[in-house]
Amino acid sequence: MEHYLSLFVRSIFIENMALAFFLGMCTFIAISKKVEAAIGLGIAVIVVLAITVPLNYLVYSNLLADGALAWAGYPEVDLSFLGLITFIGIIAAAVQIMEMVLDKYMPALYNALGVFLPLITVNCAIMGAVLFMVERDYDMAESTVFAVGSGVGWALAITALAGIREKLKYSDIPHGLQGLGITFITVGLMSLGFMSFGGIDL
Amino acid sequence: MRKFLDSIEPHFHKGGKWEKFYALYEAIDTGLFRPSSVTKTTAHVRDGIDLKRMMITVWMCTFPAMFYGMYNVGFQANSGMVEMGMVALDGWRGGFIGLFAGYNPDSFLDCFIHGAAYFLPIYFVTFAVGGFWEVIFASVRGHEVNEGFFVTSVLFALICPPDVPLWMVALGISFGVIIGKEVFGGTGKNFLNPALTGRAFMFFAYPAELSGDTVWTALDGFTGATALSIANTEGLAGLTSTMTWMDAFLGKMQGCIGETSTLAIFIGGAVLLIAKIASVRIVIGVMAGMMATSFLFNMIGSDTNYMFAVPWYWHMVLGGFAFGMIFMATDPVSASMTNIGRLWYGALIGVMVVLIRVVNPAYPEGMMLAILFANLFSPLIDHFVVQGNIKRRLARV
Repeated sequence: MEHYLSLFVRSIFIENMALAFFLGMCTFIAISKKVEAAIGLGIAVIVVLAITVPLNYLVYSNLLADGALAWAGYPEVDLSFLGLITFIGIIAAAVQIMEMVLDKYMPALYNALGVFLPLITVNCAIMGAVLFMVERDYDMAESTVFAVGSGVGWALAITALAGIREKLKYSDIPHGLQGLGITFITVGLMSLGFMSFGGIDL
Repeated sequence: MRKFLDSIEPHFHKGGKWEKFYALYEAIDTGLFRPSSVTKTTAHVRDGIDLKRMMITVWMCTFPAMFYGMYNVGFQANSGMVEMGMVALDGWRGGFIGLFAGYNPDSFLDCFIHGAAYFLPIYFVTFAVGGFWEVIFASVRGHEVNEGFFVTSVLFALICPPDVPLWMVALGISFGVIIGKEVFGGTGKNFLNPALTGRAFMFFAYPAELSGDTVWTALDGFTGATALSIANTEGLAGLTSTMTWMDAFLGKMQGCIGETSTLAIFIGGAVLLIAKIASVRIVIGVMAGMMATSFLFNMIGSDTNYMFAVPWYWHMVLGGFAFGMIFMATDPVSASMTNIGRLWYGALIGVMVVLIRVVNPAYPEGMMLAILFANLFSPLIDHFVVQGNIKRRLARV
């Protein structure tokens, strides 16, 4: 239990997807102008991560990894070179199915998320989490915990950024830095703040 | 003086020959005299206090900590010299001290002068370099030089270790002023405390000199450990064998220049709180968060990590906690703006500082990072408080 808890905390704060690895930057910067939108997107990322990472784990460990096909009688086959393309396909398919399910059964949430849901397909934070799962040899439970944790961390970061950007609306920013420029500086300073967790060894 | 300033004033207005330097003129003018301009729009508060007076008050409130800091730096260095059998310092600092005083650790004046020989250059560099950027930005961007810089510079100088190289000071304050404040448009428009931004930059860029693992006595070749790292490695027992709680409260220990004496900081802090410049809610929040978290860690306990057992009254007097709480956390710009939000913001700092000190072995000190972290979330906290208020009002209608 303690192991999972520390993994969870680590993936939220210490190895924050957005502010320590700088993954998912495109949506992170594009959809952080309003706090409400940022929260919606954050929740969507948490849900998608929690579904796709364990799903990809199952596929990878049962079909793609070195020797994973032993149950089918091919212990010497190594399909891990198909990893990237399979993961992308699975993520896209999962997001599409989730979109349809939400549209059918939870139209309120579907409308709230709107365009963010399809956008998440190409969010590198999702792909990043999947690849970390492979690289660090997480098992099923670990990859679920890790997925939810990094989703929460990403959501926390984007919400904080949205709050700061709402405040920065009243700032008098030099002409050349307005818009994206100042956002990049802001993100850099935020990750300075998140450095407080660097070095914690759970 | 008034006449002279008035006579040269036209040169600084639009079209005058020194138009670009208006910011500098304005700073000197309003610094010396009450400005004749008043609020131009309808909302108007009649009060003698404006931003300038407010900032100057904060600046003066750091004086007890500053003077004690200078004395303590000198005291620590002089005692170290006695232990090592040194008689006098070489170099320009030695010459400066030789002009006024000696090296006796029991003499107040000797210690004070010795400390001043370290603090004043740091402060001077901070002020000159930071002021340089401030004036450049003010001139080019056409806003006024703001007294917020007085506060930033003195706070920055006070959280430097006494033996920090001066070029590092210059680099740190440049980062703090430019990236931490001016790119956002100057005082009141930034979201991080500029002094802390600069300090954090130095901390991560030159960890060997600034992380606080080894001691910061203003003396080459003297080694020791800061109070927090003693607590980290040897536990509370090891700490109490070198100093009493009262020593730490009064400030007889190693540390950054301004942070050692909790008492001196509280004297300045009391003035700030009574004058309502610093928000009492933030201070309460920080204290409550810190106490609750350290109680929690005391209860959990741990055999391997000594910091778990450190009670709250030790946390309060060690390291930069008091200084950060009074002068840094209450910065009105980067803190939360709403009253309820301030409590939450303070509590977040309090929780974070103990968390970093106890759980994170990489950093013995957590106050700076805790405040920066809370700065990130303060707009968000405000947002939720405002949303909550709106909801409550809607329910009432």
